[in-house]
Amino acid sequence: MGENAVAERARRAVEAVWRIESAKIVAALTRMVGDLDLAEDLAGQALLEAIEQWPAGGVPRNPAAWLTAVAKRRAIDGWRRRDLLDERYAAIARDLDASRFDDEAWDPDRIDDDVLRLMFIACHPVLGRKAQVALTLRVVGGLTTEEIARAFMIPTATVQQRIVRAKKTLTAAKVPFEVPPRAEFANRLSAVLNVLYLVFNEGYAATSGSEWMRADLGAEALRLARILAELVPQEPEAHGLVALMELTAARFGARTTPTGEPILLADQDRTRWDRAQITRGVAALARADAVGRGRGPYALQAAIAECHARAATFEDTDWETIVLLYEALGQVAPSPVVELNRAAAVSMAYGPAPALEYVDKLVADGELAGYHLLPSVRGELLRQLGRIDEARAELLEAARLTGNERERAVLLAKAEELRDRP
Amino acid sequence: MKYMLILRVTDQALAASKEADFTEIVNAMGRYNEELIKAGVMLAGEGLSDPEEGFVVDFDSDPPLVSDGPYGETKELFSGYWVIQTATKEEAAEWARRCPLGPGSKLEVRRVNELEEFDQSNEYIQKEAGWREQLGTDRPITG
Repeated sequence: MGENAVAERARRAVEAVWRIESAKIVAALTRMVGDLDLAEDLAGQALLEAIEQWPAGGVPRNPAAWLTAVAKRRAIDGWRRRDLLDERYAAIARDLDASRFDDEAWDPDRIDDDVLRLMFIACHPVLGRKAQVALTLRVVGGLTTEEIARAFMIPTATVQQRIVRAKKTLTAAKVPFEVPPRAEFANRLSAVLNVLYLVFNEGYAATSGSEWMRADLGAEALRLARILAELVPQEPEAHGLVALMELTAARFGARTTPTGEPILLADQDRTRWDRAQITRGVAALARADAVGRGRGPYALQAAIAECHARAATFEDTDWETIVLLYEALGQVAPSPVVELNRAAAVSMAYGPAPALEYVDKLVADGELAGYHLLPSVRGELLRQLGRIDEARAELLEAARLTGNERERAVLLAKAEELRDRP
Repeated sequence: MKYMLILRVTDQALAASKEADFTEIVNAMGRYNEELIKAGVMLAGEGLSDPEEGFVVDFDSDPPLVSDGPYGETKELFSGYWVIQTATKEEAAEWARRCPLGPGSKLEVRRVNELEEFDQSNEYIQKEAGWREQLGTDRPITG
């Protein structure tokens, strides 16, 4: 093996460690130095040092402790260089002297708490949603700026800028590195869940471009949701989100043809659904229920996904239960999109006529104007009712509105099929 | 990507483990499993019972021959497995490296095939579909 190959292999090994440990390292450092920006900078310096040193000396027994120790040393170097007698740096220096490099005690509870704080600060309400997403993937997920940019199909410079600004905003707003107090906890947790769900959805169905899904991003969101659920095991919605992601991702393999054309739920080959993943999703939903605080929006959506997963064929689907679950979801998280889904479920349970009433009400409300699934569902209901010309017009409108090329092709094909009908 | 970590131990190591402090082994494995779960990578894992309880179905003969374990010349016995989900092969290797095992133990790490890898683009699966159409049969004619 040539020198380059050895170096490349070592770099990959360091990256693997980084992916596993970076959240803990950045979190522990943020607690120590009191600033996320500085902590991430120090961790980055330690990472570079690891890439230089590990190829020769091997990966240390406790790589996270090694990286943290090096980061702390860099902090002290910086402190000496600047000749600033800062209390924070002095504390780091004392701490470092007391510990040896590769067997520093890592108190698991303390680290867990730090990682949880890191998730909360990355999704802090002073940041916009896009900034929360980028910062979460970067500091909690350990993704590089380039990886985030590739996943979201945006320029690296944009991501870079977003992350730099986000960290500056946190510093300027003097956001504390803490688990939110009880009064704020529910809202803050739901912001974290929302960010993870957004990332998952971005992976599941791209809103633009020709890529229907990016499973890697979905897998990353699921990993972070699992981590969160273990950090707050008493929060039903954390398990609910894991359940929803598992049950949705279980259908990844059946959602497209080999050439990437989307396959609708009704037409999917259910033997291609990932049974092991469904089992994990059902187990996560059971954990959410076991907390005994009822089902929130994620658990309810997971329960709907569970109904689909349990049905051996599309015809076996328990649509009555799904209608009830959508009604509950509409109560705890009212949204016109939920109403639209409910209408689709109503059509399956009770036929197109009552469903069309719901959809027409949504059209009248105007809240979903411009949303392609509204004419798409309405077109399908009209087709079932034999109102072919109206149906075709709706499908063409849906095709015009969708941002997804593959979906557009499916809609146009459906409209074309109706052209020759009486 | 999914990887299976397959635990293989020699007869001697297995015998030695019966002498060792069982609680200590269970605790170390428990900590390792907990680490995998908390990192969000653990999908499944199971330990296998004593090989004496197992048996072998050998397809060298037709019909296949069922015989009791242990397994003749086999030097390393499968004793358990984990399935983990990681972004890279190196990450799977890093997790495997952390497993609390000792001399006489090995982890064989294998990537789990994804369903998409067996899909309709496979030339034999496509051919088979064609054959079925020609023969007017909906049953697979191979196997």
